Formats: sequence, structure tokens, C-alpha cells
Amino acid sequence: MIKSAKPLAATEPVWNKRAAFNRREAIAFYLCISPWLIGFVVFVAGPMLASFLLSFTRWDYFTPIKWVGTRNYERIMEDEAFWTSLRVTFTFAALYVPLSQIISLGVALLLAQKIKGVSFFRTIFYLPAILSGTAYVVLWVWLFEPDKGLINNLLDGLGIKGPRWLSDPNTALYALVIMSLWGLGSSLITYIAGLKGIPEQFYEAAELDGAGKFGRFRYITIPMLSPTIFFNLVLVLIQTFQSYTTAAVATGGGPLDSTLFYLVYLYRRAFVNQEAGYAAALAWILFIIILLFTLLVVRSSSAWVYYENEAGKERRK
Amino acid sequence: MRGLFGKRFAAEAIPLSGTRSWRRIGGLFVIYTVLAVGSLLYILPLVWMFLTSLKPSYQVSSPDWLPDPFEWSNYPRSFTYTGLDFGKLYLNSFVITILNVVGTMVSSTFVAYGFARLRAPGKNLLFIVLLATMMIPFPVTMVPTFALFNFLGWIDTLLPVIVPAFFGNAFNIFLLRQFLMTIPIEFEEAARIDGANTPQIIFRIMMPLILPAEAAVAVLTFQNTWNDYLTPQIYIRDQSLYTVAQGIRFLRGSINPQWELMMAAALLAMLPVVILYLLAQRFFIEGITLTGIK
Repeated sequence: MIKSAKPLAATEPVWNKRAAFNRREAIAFYLCISPWLIGFVVFVAGPMLASFLLSFTRWDYFTPIKWVGTRNYERIMEDEAFWTSLRVTFTFAALYVPLSQIISLGVALLLAQKIKGVSFFRTIFYLPAILSGTAYVVLWVWLFEPDKGLINNLLDGLGIKGPRWLSDPNTALYALVIMSLWGLGSSLITYIAGLKGIPEQFYEAAELDGAGKFGRFRYITIPMLSPTIFFNLVLVLIQTFQSYTTAAVATGGGPLDSTLFYLVYLYRRAFVNQEAGYAAALAWILFIIILLFTLLVVRSSSAWVYYENEAGKERRK
Repeated sequence: MRGLFGKRFAAEAIPLSGTRSWRRIGGLFVIYTVLAVGSLLYILPLVWMFLTSLKPSYQVSSPDWLPDPFEWSNYPRSFTYTGLDFGKLYLNSFVITILNVVGTMVSSTFVAYGFARLRAPGKNLLFIVLLATMMIPFPVTMVPTFALFNFLGWIDTLLPVIVPAFFGNAFNIFLLRQFLMTIPIEFEEAARIDGANTPQIIFRIMMPLILPAEAAVAVLTFQNTWNDYLTPQIYIRDQSLYTVAQGIRFLRGSINPQWELMMAAALLAMLPVVILYLLAQRFFIEGITLTGIK
């Protein structure tokens, strides 16, 4: 037995060495990613599970947790403020998402040109995007001031009586859309990058084939840019559903709940009323809505997003 | 196996070829006009903000653009007028922001290196999980995370807004990984033969090679942390621990707003990100454009 095992021994060390190397590399891998892995368990997976369970309870962070089954979800369905916040958030997203994408794509088309001073213009258009936050919102509250603000001053100059913007329930949400459009620079940058990545030969070839400016835009720019459009769309959609600071600072959700963003309402329930269970249920509903919309965009993307690498092979339909 | 998007993204993260230049003068004229008008619209709010911040209080309601006289003392006055000590708030914000930047950069680079270079069972699945976490909205984890920090007794300390940064950030990990994939493997093989260990390879070889990406991560983290309002608002109620963002929000809540002082304070609050952005702009744009987001 021992003898018959001997011939194997010659190959054994080699095999062992490789196994040891692999094991060492695997250990190095897990050591390297351990910060993220621990963070994932403690700050993502754990809290997600906890928040799912919490959504079936009543809890105020202090007294014992009480299991209430689906009561929270039932109460939410009858909660008028919930429906208001949903309507406000959807209206805001329906206006902001397409407008921001159209404007930033339009500006990106200009800024992707090889012209003098283009980086200067890029800086200006991108500047507001880096200012996002409470200072940004406070500036806009000042601009929207009905009597002394810049916007109504300018409108006055044109002989138009400006609205009361943030203090009028009919205009407050639109004011927030305008306010947010000022800071659309991050989509702009990715669009410029996407445009710059389109090979020039494509345009030259199209021009030889007799395509005009519009033709080139429609048949080259848009398909080649569709992955970028898709990327921005998903990102902006997810962010928009979670808008908080704009409304929280500018209007606090008012007047008359006309700017009650979903997250503003959620924050109120979670930390002002201290209804942890109810807030967790609200969060899960938001999660499902975001997930559905993302899936919708992802699903639809196969119809309109064109990936260069798949050309020639199977073009997904 | 190079992971989910690795191959394609790496292949595309090649220097950009410019688009074709507009040859006709007329076209140029139109472009410049549109850009000039557009950028005027974009810069006007900041000009108005600056001018308001210099107006004497009796002049704030006037539609005139120029202050008369220029009231530079608005700036020092804006630091204390509501009882908040903005000097202290700046210190808080700087401590939080710097630690977030350092924590995110170091931890994200290690994780990114692992995903870009090392082989191990379960890696691909973990990478998919990492990408999926980018989709999880903050509100879902918000309440239990608060409960956790509350349990640990961390409410009204700076810990809840600093510690999580040291566990990496999915987006930055992804961005850095895309960059690391483009670095030829020979660089680190040579270093390994010379006896360098993994941390040495990461700090001495990889980090300098992917400097534009690291700069982008630093600027983005600085900007997000500096501007963040919701997170500190959840954990910090003690006014002496407020961040600048919370301080500005506090001014907004005052019953009798003094706009000239508020604009001065808001402008000062914006200044650090603007300065950093202008300094890092070159790296930053390069970092974003080269990540191959397309």
C-alpha cells in the first residue's frame, strides 16, 4: 500500500503547491474585500432584514417591539398623506427626469464639440451640480422670494407679475423642478463622455452615405449613446424617488402638502413621530416602487439600447 | 473570468477620440450664442447671491443689483448671528469630510483590488451582490441603522457619519475596479518577485497608477459628505456637533430671515467644494470620462 502510493508522491507536491497558492490568493481576496463584506452585513443585509421584520411591528425605538402583522401596510393604504406624497413624488419625477435628460443631452451635444473655450463652459454648467445641498436650496429660496427675489425681479422687468412660487401650493412643486434642473451637471458629464466615445469614422461614413445633420443624430448619435442614456435614466430615476433635501429645506413639504416628497414624509414618520415600524413599511413600499421602475427601464432597454460589442453577433431584440 | 462587466469596460476605457469639429462659421456662431446665453442663466444665481451677500440689510429688498455701500462685514457677522457658532460647524464638517474621504479611498481601493486582481471561489457572486447594493435605496436601511447606532449610544456623536465610510462604497469600488483592470498585470508581478506584499502593491504601485480615479473618488466623496444633510440630520441633534449643511438649514428656519447674512453664510458653505473642484477638475473629468460609463 505504502509502496503503491509512492509513484503519486512525485506529482503530489506540485499539486499541493498550486492548491496552497490558490488558497493563499483566496485568503488575500477575502482579506481585501473584508471591509466591504463586513459593511455589507452590518449596514446593508442586516438592516434590510431588520427593516423587513420591523415593517410588521409597532416600535418607538424604546419600549418593547410589538408584532402587529400586516397592520402597518393596511394603515398605509388608508393614509391620505401617503397617497399625497406618492402623487407629489411621481409628478416631480415625471417632470424632472425627462426634462433633465433632454436639457443635459442638448447641452452635452454643444459641449462635446471641439471648439475653443469649451472647458470654460463645461465648468460653468457643471458648477451647480457640485453645490447640491442645503446652501444650494437656500440660494434658490432667495431667488424665488415673491417680492425681492431675482426671478420675480426679472419677470417684473418684462412686465410679468411673477407667481408666489414656493408659498403657493399651485406653483411650489414646479419651483422645485426648476430649482433641481439647475444642478443637472452629473448627467451632462456622462453624456459628454459618451458622445466623445463615438468613433468619428461613423459620422464620416454616414456623411458619405448622404446623411444630413439630423440623420446622423438619429441613426448614429442616439443608438451609440443609448447605453449612456440608459445608465443616466436608471441613476436619475433612483435618485429622484429619494429626493429629500430640496423639499425638506425649501418648503418642509408645504404649502398644503403640495411638495410632500415621499422621503420627507418617511423622515417625519420615522424620526419625528418615532414610528419605526410604520416608517419601515413605508420604506419597503418605496423600495418596491423603485425596483419596479428600474426593472421597467431595464426590460425596455433591450428594445432601444444598442451595445456596440454585440453588433454582428446577436443583436438583442 | 474577469467578472461581470470587466472585459467590455476595460476594452472601452481607451483614450477618447474627439468628435468632428464644426466647420461652418455660422454653426459656430449659433453654438457660442446658445452656450453664452445658457451659461449666463447658470451663473446668474451665483452672481445675485454674491451681490446680495454684500448688501446692507436695508437694501436687501431693493431690486438694484449693486450693493451700496459694499457691506463686507456681513461675512464675519454671518458666522454668529443666530447663535450658532459657524467656526465650530466648519470644524465638524471638515473632520467628518476628511475622515470620510480617507476611509472611503483606502477601503474602496483594497476591495477594488481584490475584485480586479485576485481569484477566489464565490468572487463573481459577491461582485454581483456588490453591484446590486447600489440599487438599494437608503431609506430601506435608514430606520434599523438608526436603531443600531442608538443601541450603541452613538447618537449625538460624529461616529455614525464617519465610521461607515471605512467599509467602502459600492460605486467607488466599482469605479476603481474598472480602472485597475486596465493596468497591465506585469507591474505587480515584477513587484511580487521583488517581495512586495499586497498592501505594498496597493499603496505603492496601484494607487499612484490610478491617480485620476482616486482623485475622482476623493472629490466625489468630499462633495457628497460636505453637502449631505439627511444623514447628519438623523444622528446629530446637538447644535455644537452640527455640520455646516445643518447650520445653513437652521438659518433657513429662522422666523425673521436676514437674507444678506444667509447668502453670505451659504456662499461660505459652498466655497470648500468649489475650490476643491477647481483644483481637481482636470483629474476629475478624466476620472469620470475614463471609467467608460456608457
